[in-house]
Amino acid sequence: MSNWYMLTLTGEDRPGIVARVTRVLFERDMNLGEASMLRLGGNFTIMMMVSGHMDADALQQALSEVVRELGLSLHIDPMKGGLHRHVPPNLMVRVSGADRAGIVARVTGVLADAGFNILDLESDVAGTAEQPVYIMQIAGVATVPLESLEQAVSGLREEGIEVNISPVEMLVG
Amino acid sequence: MEPLQILTIPDERLKQPSEPVTDFDDGLRDFVARLELTRQQGPAAVGIAAPQVGHFQRIAIVDCSNTRKPVPNHGNLVLINPEITHWDGYEVGREGCLSVPDYTGNVIRATRIRLTARDECGEAHEYEMEGYEARAVQHEIDHLDGILFIDRVVSRRTDLFKRKVYR
Repeated sequence: MSNWYMLTLTGEDRPGIVARVTRVLFERDMNLGEASMLRLGGNFTIMMMVSGHMDADALQQALSEVVRELGLSLHIDPMKGGLHRHVPPNLMVRVSGADRAGIVARVTGVLADAGFNILDLESDVAGTAEQPVYIMQIAGVATVPLESLEQAVSGLREEGIEVNISPVEMLVG
Repeated sequence: MEPLQILTIPDERLKQPSEPVTDFDDGLRDFVARLELTRQQGPAAVGIAAPQVGHFQRIAIVDCSNTRKPVPNHGNLVLINPEITHWDGYEVGREGCLSVPDYTGNVIRATRIRLTARDECGEAHEYEMEGYEARAVQHEIDHLDGILFIDRVVSRRTDLFKRKVYR
C-alpha cells in the first residue's frame, strides 16, 4: 500500500472520463488516494494517487485502451509520500487585478519571500476578452504573523493588484 | 474520571438524531462533566456533542474562550436542548471534527445567531452570538440532528456561485 504513483490525465472534456478511468483501476484491484479533478479551459484534468500491485509500466498498459478511446494524455510518476499528511491552512489570500504579464509570479514571489507556503491555489480569468481580470484564491500556511505578510504585499496594492489576506481559524468540534 | 470514547466515521450512530433532555438530575451533570473532560482531552476541540460519544441526548458543550486569536465568546457553555431562533448572514469557514479524523473542509454557516438553551441545572438561557462561536454552535447542533460537517462541505468553485444566484 505504500508505493504510490501519481497519475496525470488530461484531455478534451466529455462525460465518462472519471468513470472509465477509475473502473479500469478498480477492476485491477488498484487503490485510489487523494485526487484533484477539474475542468480547465474545456479540458478535463486529473491528478490522482494510485497504489497497489502494479508498477508504472503495468499501469500504462492497463490504461492504454481507455486513454486511446477518450483521447487522453497520460503521465505516470512514482512518488514519495502518502496519505494522512494533510496540513491545514491558516491563511487565505484573495487576489484580483487586471490580467497582465507576471501577476501570478509577482504575488506568489512576494508570498514565498515572506515565508508563505501554498497548499491550494485556484486561479481564473474573469472579465471580458478585451479586459480580462485575473482572480486567485490561495490557501496556505504562514509561519510569520499576518501583519508581516500585509506589509510584504502592500507594494502590490500600489501597483493596482487587489490583495486581501485573511486568517483561517480552523474550528474543530 | 475517565474520558469517553469518541465515535468516528463511518460509524452509523453519528447519523442518529438525539432526543431532548427531560431530567436535569445528577446523572445529567455527571455526564456533562465527562463530556467536557473528553472535549479537553481531544485535539484542540472548541466543542463536543453528546452523540459523538454515543449518547443520544441533545447535549453539547462549546467553549471559544481559548482560541489562538481571541474571538467574541460567552465562555464555557453547556447547551442542553439548544434551539437556534434567529439566523443572519452567512460566511464560509474551515471546519474539522473529532469524529472525522484527518480531514478539514469549508462550510457555510450563519454569521450571527440567537440561541435558546438550558444549562445542566435546567435553567433557561438566551444567547446572541457571532462568527466563530456561532459557527461552533451550529456545528454541534448539527451533531444533535445526526449531521456531520462533511455533509455540508462546499466544493471549491460551484457551490458558492450557486448560492449567490439562487439566494
